[in-house]
Amino acid sequence: MKAIAATFLAAMTLGAMSQSAAAQAGSKTLDLIKQKGALTCGTNTGLAGFGLPDDKGNWTGLDVDLCKGIAAAIFNDPTKVKYIPLSAKDRFTALQSGEIDVLARNGTWTQSREAELGLLWVGVNYYDGQGFMVRKKLNIASALELNGASVCVQQGTTTELNMSDFFRTKGMKYEAVAFADINEAVKAYDSGRCDAYTTDASGLYGSRLKLVNPDEHVVLPEIISKEPLGPAVRQGDDQWFNLVKWTHYAMINAEELGVTKANVDDMLKSPNPEIKRLLGVEGDFGKGLGLSKDWAYRIVKHVGNYGEVFSRNVGEGSALKIKRGLNSLWSAGGIQYAPPVR
Amino acid sequence: MSLDAARERPSGSFFYNPRVRGLFWQAVLILVVGFLGYEAVVNAATNMRARGIPTDFAFWDRVASFDINLTLISYSATSTYGRAFMVGLLNTLLVAAIGVVLATVLGFFLGIARLSKNFVVAKLSSFYVEIMRNTPLLLQLLFIYNAVLKPLPNPRDSISFGAGFYLNNRGLVMPDPQFAPGAGFILAAGVAGIVASVFYRIYAKRRQAQTGEILPVGRVSAALILLPPVIVYLLLGQPISFEMPILRGFNFVGGLRVLPEFVALVLGLSLYTAAFIAEIVRAGILAVSHGQTEAAQSLGLSRSQTLKLVIIPQAQRVIIPPLTNQFLALTKNSSLAVFIGYPDLVQVFAGTVLNQTGAAVQVIAITMAVYLVISLITAVIMNLYNRRMALVER
Repeated sequence: MKAIAATFLAAMTLGAMSQSAAAQAGSKTLDLIKQKGALTCGTNTGLAGFGLPDDKGNWTGLDVDLCKGIAAAIFNDPTKVKYIPLSAKDRFTALQSGEIDVLARNGTWTQSREAELGLLWVGVNYYDGQGFMVRKKLNIASALELNGASVCVQQGTTTELNMSDFFRTKGMKYEAVAFADINEAVKAYDSGRCDAYTTDASGLYGSRLKLVNPDEHVVLPEIISKEPLGPAVRQGDDQWFNLVKWTHYAMINAEELGVTKANVDDMLKSPNPEIKRLLGVEGDFGKGLGLSKDWAYRIVKHVGNYGEVFSRNVGEGSALKIKRGLNSLWSAGGIQYAPPVR
Repeated sequence: MSLDAARERPSGSFFYNPRVRGLFWQAVLILVVGFLGYEAVVNAATNMRARGIPTDFAFWDRVASFDINLTLISYSATSTYGRAFMVGLLNTLLVAAIGVVLATVLGFFLGIARLSKNFVVAKLSSFYVEIMRNTPLLLQLLFIYNAVLKPLPNPRDSISFGAGFYLNNRGLVMPDPQFAPGAGFILAAGVAGIVASVFYRIYAKRRQAQTGEILPVGRVSAALILLPPVIVYLLLGQPISFEMPILRGFNFVGGLRVLPEFVALVLGLSLYTAAFIAEIVRAGILAVSHGQTEAAQSLGLSRSQTLKLVIIPQAQRVIIPPLTNQFLALTKNSSLAVFIGYPDLVQVFAGTVLNQTGAAVQVIAITMAVYLVISLITAVIMNLYNRRMALVER
């Protein structure tokens, strides 16, 4: 019911908004954020590693850190973020209607979501693919052995569509049990309603931690889809699009240049011109984004570089222990690559 | 009469004519409301277009490419969004129809039980009514789904009831009847039996009115309805066979399966609504004055005859209007299905379809219109029934 209410509210907001106000919101997202004094960030309702409130109510995660990075760049204060937890079903409506400024909610970048929903993906902060999790005692080694299985899934996701394609192309039968909320889907799998649970591989590791006995479950090796996950913004405000995009790139560039949260103050004295440009010692690259010239310094100082954020939330420094893999820098065998600041 | 005349009388000036003023303000109100409605629609459409949100219904014929685990009509991932809408709509209607019947039957018995002279029966019934009426429906649904159905064993350890019936956490599995040619005659025989029993009933009533002799209606009707299909079935060499479910791989293959989500939703809705119906039935029976009971008893009618022939027909007049409300509430509450993974209209259409197409306003508007139409149709049917039952005043 909450979901419907949210959708309906969003629709009402669209209707009630006067045209001039809409035009203003379309071009000056940044001004509105400064006026409100906080960034409104759409997050996951609770996915370990990506967006999850801890026991003190502080939001943590890879996606959450991107929002903190944006807030740091604008306000020099990573806490000036208002988090709106959204189900998969409501997320795009919330972004379209202007309820949130940026959607950092492990959303998959697809053609139709940009062409038909009026959104823009700013980049990929996690290269993912869809997988399956099953109970160890089923003795299954491959997703190709899932013929006839019941699979729990979160509705309204690309996951639901990929699964359908996968089983159809392999000529296998299955039963999809779709839940509006990710937690309900995981609970249903945990209680034995389904033989398998499917979502993006990163999400599988995150969800496994929430199960009663995480050790009794195994993630199957097959990855059945490309899932480039990243933050998205509304179309129609190029400056805001650039700001979010370059917040993401600043973190990757910082990692590539070896600038970390700990050494960023020392790096201000670095003779390397690339570092000088990134940290605002030389030139004023923040101006075109509507930011101050130390914008990237603020991001790294408050949040850290991409490698640190990855490690802290989903990598070796976290409970998930996901390997960098595709998400390593291009110089380390992965495909994370950022255009230079110059 | 005199008041009307006063109102009709034209008062000197046109502007001070109350009729003209009344019409004027009504016209203003209609214009203002119409303008606001028009502005809202145009504004929403303009803003949506400006933001690249689809405003048309082109998505209806596109391929859905997602699967649904309960479909009453043929549906696959290659069907259209429109087809998915039909699947969701039928699933909603299925739950509503079964829920309404179950809730009415259960509510009726509970209502009568509350008035029972038997202390235990009356108290148990009021206990049930108070518990169900005073806790949120969503909690009851989640309780039934998570605490009652999900702890059932997995398919390999299914509870067997014999004759191909199994219960596990994937639902209730049962044999699937397969109809060979000739099975249609069995259905025809059944229909003929029902028609015959109706005629017999009319005949028995007339006979009773003429001679006072009471014919055994119940037993004869049962025989008329049940015997012909059985005889035809045997004569035609048993054209209905049963496909037995077999445990293979993850789950039973073949057979019919009732999903636990469906059971949870139907149970939750009917148990909850039955509590309200019980109160309506109780109130209806109490509304029939005690003099009616005394009169019936002094005519020598037994207690059950009094209830069946005197009390309930009069109580029905009081019961039907509020009962309609409960039917409507049950239908609308079925949208809570979304929380327990039952693929109803809201889950399939206002959920997955909305998300895949991004056409939020259109999809929600269609969904609301559908519930409105279902409710209006239910109300019309109940009103017709009410008119039939209402006291005919002469």
